[in-house]
Amino acid sequence: MGELRAYRALFGAQARSVLMYRTSFLVELLGNMGATVFDVLTVLVLFRAAPQVGGFTLAEAVLTVGLSSAGFALADMLVGNVDRLKVYVRAGTLDAVLVRPLPALPQLLLMDLPLRKALRVVFGFVVLGGALAINDIDWTPARIALVAVTPLAAAAFFGSIFVISATMAFWWVDSGEIGAAFTYGGRDFTSYPITVYGPWFRGLFAYTLGFAFVAYQPALALLGRTDPLGLPALAGYLSPLVALPAVIIAAGVWRTGIRHYRSTGS
Amino acid sequence: MSRMDASVLTISRIGPFRSSATTFGVLVGSGFRRYSTYRQATIAGSFTNIVFGFLRCYVLLALAEGVAGQRPGGYDPAQLATYVWVGQGLLAVIGIWGWNELSERIRSGDIAADLLRPVSPVTSYLAADLGRASHAMLTRFGPPLVAGALFFPLHLPSRWQTVPLFLLSVILAVVICFGCRYVVNATAYWLQDARGPITLWTLGSGVLGGLYFPLRLLPDWFTVALWLGTPLPSLLQAPLDVIAERDGPLLQAGLVVVQAYWAVLVLALAAFVQRRAERKLVVQGG
Repeated sequence: MGELRAYRALFGAQARSVLMYRTSFLVELLGNMGATVFDVLTVLVLFRAAPQVGGFTLAEAVLTVGLSSAGFALADMLVGNVDRLKVYVRAGTLDAVLVRPLPALPQLLLMDLPLRKALRVVFGFVVLGGALAINDIDWTPARIALVAVTPLAAAAFFGSIFVISATMAFWWVDSGEIGAAFTYGGRDFTSYPITVYGPWFRGLFAYTLGFAFVAYQPALALLGRTDPLGLPALAGYLSPLVALPAVIIAAGVWRTGIRHYRSTGS
Repeated sequence: MSRMDASVLTISRIGPFRSSATTFGVLVGSGFRRYSTYRQATIAGSFTNIVFGFLRCYVLLALAEGVAGQRPGGYDPAQLATYVWVGQGLLAVIGIWGWNELSERIRSGDIAADLLRPVSPVTSYLAADLGRASHAMLTRFGPPLVAGALFFPLHLPSRWQTVPLFLLSVILAVVICFGCRYVVNATAYWLQDARGPITLWTLGSGVLGGLYFPLRLLPDWFTVALWLGTPLPSLLQAPLDVIAERDGPLLQAGLVVVQAYWAVLVLALAAFVQRRAERKLVVQGG
């Protein structure tokens, strides 16, 4: 109970501080949503320029990008700010977090919970809703469950990637933008049908890292299309099974990182 | 180091033009040195540029496959690959993202120290930014280009004037981008907190600058309106169209002329905003 109050206090302080400059906050709120709007618009512009890209039509592509951005926006709001860890490690702020009798990760996330990203999540789900409406989907109980679970599994997967990339800061403070290649890069990768990528690049991102199961395979399962790349229809339902090990690995990496951490001592 | 500082101290003994040129040069040099200390961040940034290069290049090439004649927006596949990889190399050089130094100094009141200096803040920050850009040109431009050339057929310039025009176009893009960022940051003089305008800038400059996709994929009238009505296409789209030789020689040079027009306009606007701000400025805090 006391823990809960402490978390609420952390979150409250953060909320009050961002609401100090109301105009800026409002612009940021809209601006952040705009970022996701433009990501989706980019996909639309590209698919509008050709009847098919990578063997997929515009409507099918919107479903892929909808699943991907709903999941990503959720993860980015809840966990995304963990990438500020390198700033905390460098400045020594992390020490203050570690001496408190609460787990470090939830504290960090609540201290910095980016409220400005809230509208992004809404927009991601609106795109997903629109995509479900414009595609001719043969609804079965399995597909309804799939639509409900996929964005959550995607969020858990992206969240794990955020935590793993941020944890690099414990070993390499100057890791800078490397994490972005996998977090934002992963979002861009999953926004398109993975048939567009070259074989080795796809092998790495889609199957080795597991990004294929975030949006592409579930989209195929919803549409009832067979995978041109040869995976069985069952692959569309694997996203929770891919997200789960990702979360376990992220938790393990985080714990190792925290134990490895030596304060800068300043 | 000490020799450089000495040359600053003696500027009053030489002519006024030479003295300001010397000061400007020293500021450029210090901007360059400041960024050369972040070696690991340079490597990390190049790695990320390369990953995004692969993502964008594959998507645009798949688009070319899907279009009859394989020329979406008037680019052939090799030109598209050049567009993407040179663009990834230029990202850090132009420096669209992540500059809030000025707005932070305004918010904290440190700007007072800048105003006491004999050089106007617009000039001194421009010099520092040119130093930053030349460091990025030497370190960040090459790696994505090499990666792109290894994995994709790139378009090689066929006209003698393309490379010099491209270099001029890059310099103008750096100046325009600096001017825009300066104006965006300077809103902090009025708003105290420029995060909102900076967010809008980051958003607009990426998508309307030609980073997400070549603007030529949009309807012609819209692209022309953007080009003439906003400085954004002059940031990335212009140098990339010049190096990819998307247009005939005349239009290719015309793009650079449009950039020159925006460079003058944006710098004048930055200077104007700075003057207005100084008239109303109350320095924060004690």
